[in-house]
Amino acid sequence: MCELGVTSRAFGHGFAGARFFPATLSTDDPFVSDELSLPTVSTIRTPDDGGTRETDISVDIAKRITPQFGIEIGETLSVLNPHEGRATDGFGNLELGGKYQLLKNGPHETIVSVGLGVEIGGTGSTSIGADSFSTWSPAIFFGKGFGDLPEALRLLKPLALTGVAGIAIPTSASTRSITVNDQTGERDIEIEQHPDVLEWGFALEYSVIYLQSQVQDMHLPAPIDRLIPLVEFAMETPLNRGAGGPTTGTINPGVIWAGKYFQVGMEAVIPINEHTGNNIGVIAQLHFFLDDLFPHSIGRPLFGGNK
Amino acid sequence: MNSLCRILCCCLLLVLPSARLSAHAFLEHSDPPVGGKVHSAPAAVRIWFTEAIEPAFSSVQVLDATGKQVDKKDTHRDPSNRSLLEVSLPRLGPGTYKVIWRVVSVDTHRTNGNFTFQIVP
Repeated sequence: MCELGVTSRAFGHGFAGARFFPATLSTDDPFVSDELSLPTVSTIRTPDDGGTRETDISVDIAKRITPQFGIEIGETLSVLNPHEGRATDGFGNLELGGKYQLLKNGPHETIVSVGLGVEIGGTGSTSIGADSFSTWSPAIFFGKGFGDLPEALRLLKPLALTGVAGIAIPTSASTRSITVNDQTGERDIEIEQHPDVLEWGFALEYSVIYLQSQVQDMHLPAPIDRLIPLVEFAMETPLNRGAGGPTTGTINPGVIWAGKYFQVGMEAVIPINEHTGNNIGVIAQLHFFLDDLFPHSIGRPLFGGNK
Repeated sequence: MNSLCRILCCCLLLVLPSARLSAHAFLEHSDPPVGGKVHSAPAAVRIWFTEAIEPAFSSVQVLDATGKQVDKKDTHRDPSNRSLLEVSLPRLGPGTYKVIWRVVSVDTHRTNGNFTFQIVP
């Protein structure tokens, strides 16, 4: 299964000083929060098996345990439509994660977090290529708003950057499969290497919300006044085990509309090279802010009070 | 696929009606407007928020170009509008002024922000 650099964890929204960061669709961001992505839908034709239409529908939930630490859980239903042959569908491996917010600086709209994710091998369907082994993914996350730029650059203040860098470490270095040639009866042993993979990406966004409320009231009408155009870069670089090949990934331009209680977003998914694919896909997400929907119950940290 | 869609719809129907809707307070608009220019000195800075706010834990400060606080330090919520916070001003001269606000919405979410406005002759 070709994931095209688009992962499926619950991506956090949050504040750093005067900056509201939306939950990004394709790259993880640094916020620890209470939220629900229901659903995230993506579809793209991948180069696998001569061209396979892959459609993923995922559900993700994130919950703060303390104001600085939260856990995440996600599951994805994948539907694979190959160029030839029957379509298959099934659930991917269960994904769990934890994230700890190391630093938050309000005046400089900066945040840094570390996290650890795990895809639990064997919990998904082999028919859609879910791995039989687990993969651990430690990562560091950052967010930076540019509200501290000088007044001469005031129209650039709504810009913000979030990003992530981590390594996906499979618990199995390789898997071997045995196939029998129907005509000759000979057995072929195929060994598939599972390299460690550097997963990195970032999102550059321009918040019209910030423009309107912190920089210059343009008297923009709804829904334009709550739009956040952005472009995300989601990349993967294999590091070892003979697979130190080219980086694959996608560039995803799109837009998010963020309301009080939820946000909706949509992005194009554009492969960066032929190794990634030749076709443009799309990803869309409906995302609920549980801390705003349920501020006195499930929308607050279990321990340590509210933020 | 259809089963999953039905499950998702059921989840939404279960989750949303039980939600107690209240949210982070964003600045909706202000007078003087964010980044705006006015020709006569305003008697107050008024900020309308997207949520009702707790005045005891909320403040609005107005600073001049040197960073000196120039408002009358009487931040208060409008008696007829729980989302409107205002602070009175003395008669100010031409210049650029910075407004710094910190609010707590009625559901205890904290937000803050700042903006400038200019008084021009």
